[in-house]
Amino acid sequence: MIDALLVPLHYEYMVKAILVSGLIGGVCAFLSCFVTLKGWSLMGDALSHSVVPGVAVAYIVGLPFAAGAFATGLVAALGMGLIKTKTALREDAVIGVVFTSFFALGLLLISLFPSSVDLRTIIFGNILGIADPDIWQIVIISAVTLGVLGLKWRDLLLFCFDPNQARALGLNVRLLHFLLLTLLSATAVAALQTVGACLVVAMLVTPGATAYLLTDRFSTMLKLAASMGVGTSLIGAYVSYFFDGSTGGCIVTLQSLLFVLALVFAPKHGLLAARALRRSLS
Amino acid sequence: MKDASAQLAAENAPALAIDVRNITVTYPNGNVALRDASLHLEAGTICALVGVNGSGKSTLFKSIMGFVKPTRGAVEIGGRPVREAQRQNLVAYVPQSEEVDWTFPVSVWDVVMMGRYGYMNFLRIARAEDRHVAEESLARVNMLEFRDRQIGELSGGQKKRVFLARALAQKARVILLDEPFTGVDVKTEEAIVELLRALRREGHLMLVSTHNLGSVPEFCDQVALVNRTVLAAGPTAEVFTEDNLSAAFGGVLRHFRFDESTIQKHDGRAITVLTDDERPLVFGKGGHLEYSQRSRHEKVVKERAEEPDDE
Repeated sequence: MIDALLVPLHYEYMVKAILVSGLIGGVCAFLSCFVTLKGWSLMGDALSHSVVPGVAVAYIVGLPFAAGAFATGLVAALGMGLIKTKTALREDAVIGVVFTSFFALGLLLISLFPSSVDLRTIIFGNILGIADPDIWQIVIISAVTLGVLGLKWRDLLLFCFDPNQARALGLNVRLLHFLLLTLLSATAVAALQTVGACLVVAMLVTPGATAYLLTDRFSTMLKLAASMGVGTSLIGAYVSYFFDGSTGGCIVTLQSLLFVLALVFAPKHGLLAARALRRSLS
Repeated sequence: MKDASAQLAAENAPALAIDVRNITVTYPNGNVALRDASLHLEAGTICALVGVNGSGKSTLFKSIMGFVKPTRGAVEIGGRPVREAQRQNLVAYVPQSEEVDWTFPVSVWDVVMMGRYGYMNFLRIARAEDRHVAEESLARVNMLEFRDRQIGELSGGQKKRVFLARALAQKARVILLDEPFTGVDVKTEEAIVELLRALRREGHLMLVSTHNLGSVPEFCDQVALVNRTVLAAGPTAEVFTEDNLSAAFGGVLRHFRFDESTIQKHDGRAITVLTDDERPLVFGKGGHLEYSQRSRHEKVVKERAEEPDDE
């Protein structure tokens, strides 16, 4: 029995996949607290799709995938910002137009150069077949992101909560905005390898949203989200061996399950608690 | 040690002033919100900023906070550009309740600590001094016992006091308050006014943006009337006049003139009620609903005239 359960750990590729997934899951979850509180979920989705043409170009010309992805992610973010300030269009329309344009360009490039990039890898992720240089890129991105978040999370929290107070204190709000956007692009790039472009947004939103339902303290929210992100990613990658199913699918399904549990049973903000409160009031 | 000396320097610093010099603010869509507006305020003052919605009142407010940049002219606080004044923690801001996300997972204590960021190091780790000042500030607004509450779990008045405590914790000498009395009960309003008076005695400079015209003469010694520019500014008694207010509000201000109303038993002297928000609801003697114009209410006028005189 125990031997059967340990089987995945005998394969080096499985151990790598599980550890890398756990790392990315944790980083994404950490950031997801800021994403949910700032209301940038759609932005996360947009960035994770906008990085696709960059990944395609990077593979075609033989650059590190992260460099290309990061570049197009930032161009997309800046483009959205520019269109938003120069036109009267609503933000969701701007985001919708820009990210689908980038994604379409990515698909086009991939279909033109089928030998250098695998469409499935980018859309659905392929953590089981991840190459060592890609692992190093992910480790570096994660380390930098965690470092920046660890040092500046209080400033970013103030920026999310009350940008006017941040300004009144003389903080550089534009820089903080750009910093959060950069971190979001960077993690979207890292998560692309694990769960694919379609599901990156789940990693960047769901743990934060779940933790939000469970607590009224930001520090607790961070801890809850990070442990859920790490836990679901480790377990998801591990069990995907037995299902022979999509790793990204396993991880995100687990995260969604936790979300549903929190939605129903959360002590204060859950549906049951809300019902009990209504009853006690009536 | 460095902090203590900096604080001492701030306390001995010359009187602070807000200096708005001929600013014009144009928004990217071409809308000129303010033209050639000037305002000078000295320390030890509570100044009301009065004007209709869309008059440029909040633009003037935002210019002083440095949230919008004037296309022409300049704003200085304590003789420094706004940004520099902010870096030295000279300016604090108490936001409107509508601007705050009350579902945010932060406690009262977290919010007050955000007022101390400017004094903390790169990592924003609170030191004993910061905690001491935050406690003191919360105690001053009687909110210390609520320090661990999530901010959404407070009443309207308590929410306001938390943000006042944050401004106090910032130890800023210039405090801007945006609609401090909306959603606040009468008792809290009195407490806030009392606090502002105390701060004035301590040499602070406060600018209060408000629709609450009735409270202005109660506690503001200066008034600035805004309608696309600063129409008039100065001591309340001189500036806060019926003529000036009518000019500032144009046709927007609601009048209720007793001598033209359906109220019959007034003493014949002209009294006017002015409000820039909703139409005032006026009840006459005996709790009768009264109308501001006698025409079209002949029936009511007749009924009132037939009431027995109790004199």
